[in-house]
Amino acid sequence: MHMADALLSPAVGATFWAGTIAVSGYASKKLKEQIDDKLIPLMGVLGAFIFAAQMINFTIPGTGSSGHLGGGMILAIILGPYAAFLVMASVLTVQALFFADGGLLALGCNIWNLGFYPCFLVYPLIYKPLVGGGKNPGRILVVSLLSAVVALQLGAFSVVIATLLSGKSELPFGAFVLLMQPIHLAIGIVEGFVTAGVINYVRSTRSEILESSAATISLGPAVSLKKVLITFAVLAAITGGALSWFASTHPDGLEWSIERVTGKDELPGQEQGIAPLLKGIQEKTAFLPDYGFKQAGKASKKGEPPPAWPGIEGGTSASGIIGAVIVLGMIVLIGMGIRAVRRRQNEQ
Amino acid sequence: MTFDEKYFDVGRLDRLSYQSTCVHQLDPRAKVVATVLFLFTVISFPKYEVGGLIPFFLFPVLLMTMGEIPFLFVVKKVLFVSPFAIFIGIFNPLLDTGTVAVIAGMPISAGWISFVSIILKFSLTISAAILLVATTSFPGVCHALRQLGFPSLFTSQLLFLYRYLFVLMEEAMRIIRARDMRAFGTRGTGIKVFVRLIGILFLRTVDRAERVYYAMLSRGFQGDMPSLRKSRIAMTDMAFMATMITFLVVFRFFPVTEEVGRFTQELFR
Repeated sequence: MHMADALLSPAVGATFWAGTIAVSGYASKKLKEQIDDKLIPLMGVLGAFIFAAQMINFTIPGTGSSGHLGGGMILAIILGPYAAFLVMASVLTVQALFFADGGLLALGCNIWNLGFYPCFLVYPLIYKPLVGGGKNPGRILVVSLLSAVVALQLGAFSVVIATLLSGKSELPFGAFVLLMQPIHLAIGIVEGFVTAGVINYVRSTRSEILESSAATISLGPAVSLKKVLITFAVLAAITGGALSWFASTHPDGLEWSIERVTGKDELPGQEQGIAPLLKGIQEKTAFLPDYGFKQAGKASKKGEPPPAWPGIEGGTSASGIIGAVIVLGMIVLIGMGIRAVRRRQNEQ
Repeated sequence: MTFDEKYFDVGRLDRLSYQSTCVHQLDPRAKVVATVLFLFTVISFPKYEVGGLIPFFLFPVLLMTMGEIPFLFVVKKVLFVSPFAIFIGIFNPLLDTGTVAVIAGMPISAGWISFVSIILKFSLTISAAILLVATTSFPGVCHALRQLGFPSLFTSQLLFLYRYLFVLMEEAMRIIRARDMRAFGTRGTGIKVFVRLIGILFLRTVDRAERVYYAMLSRGFQGDMPSLRKSRIAMTDMAFMATMITFLVVFRFFPVTEEVGRFTQELFR
């Protein structure tokens, strides 16, 4: 479920990063107000624990496929939302850096999806109110299952929204949702069982850990619904702003690339050729911010009015391909040259 | 990938970052900022761009060769994480079937072009991220983030995570080996045993955190992780940034690939 850089547009990636940075700042501020020094090494080592635990696979009953732990819910239950969010953010950062899971631009998106939803929505609004005193293993199981499923559904839906807003994928909304949500329902159920299992195990063997950590960390009042709603309103405003900026720039992008392709700026013939095509695609992808680019791309690939498309052998597409091959060849040569020089230096 | 392979993979990346080539000696801040600029520039290309992306391979190739990072190592890493992007991207050729070009008699649909564009962007962004870590020590990256204004709680969290990552992975590796030796294929690899294993690992982790905390207290820990290393932006770092920005601007706004192609066509005409 890790989002990938290549599927994101800069506006969407930056929006998620902005949200993630804002929440991280808020979480560190909250944590600093009530911090116990003891928590700092505990958070760090638990981050390493989640990382190591994620690398252990297990067989999912009945399917033969293997799954692994996500960890957001476990952390939220043990550390509370603020610390858990920071730990999750650090785990995902290390994953992005060492395993290249997703990539650095998508990291904001991934921290948001796997950290914000379990820690700041599901934990305070579902897990905490429903679990009660947290003494009953059956109740912990049911509530953990529900929490993990909701958290993963939110995360998966968020991936769908981010991909669609970025407009790099052709997948229509309905099909994408049908693809992502059921897969993550299954993952959520497994995650819920594991979360409940670990919490219950720790409770049955060393219950003082859960009690003492919950006591020393003193979560303060749970995140209020009002704050959550305000955060969402702000994010919606940011997203809206970013998208409208996109919408207002795309005609420029279109003109710019047509100009680039043809080498001149008057093109009455093309305007006619593109207009019906634009309309057709606009109907299909009406709410995507990217359709302007799509047209621009098509126009630049065509380089000539649409009616003539079967015959375009020469022109831009040919020089584009030749250029690509030559540039790639030059880069390979540069690389091999430097490597050869280095090797000779090392031998001496 | 088995657990051992994953473990050694992380270790190898970490070891690569402690070499001392000219790339490794650049200031971590310069490399972090350059990588982020690079990523944004690559991602900002429109959906159907293919040619314009090619020159950007110069950046990873230069880092790789100057930094003496093995080529196959990077390629393997990129391939290993590619499934999600391919899985989502492969729908483009199926859904976007309008023909946009005919090359050597073969009709090429718009979907294939956007798919290739996704794959190129994916390779560029992922290899840039890998090369950042392979040429910069992880503590270096953390201090750079701290200096660039990330909250200190978060960067010290990262440093702790990194410090104990290998310790806990070794602990997990011992647990996995013990399980696998008793498992005979699939017995004992189910969710019940898994939960117990994670539970035990968790308890050991909490105990370890406590010991770490007392050890830190006895060494004067006061809630912050100061660094003795003084980093200063040198002339080489400035030169690196300037080259990088020029490189990005030129390749982003001038159709280098097409110009080279046109020039070659003219040459042979």
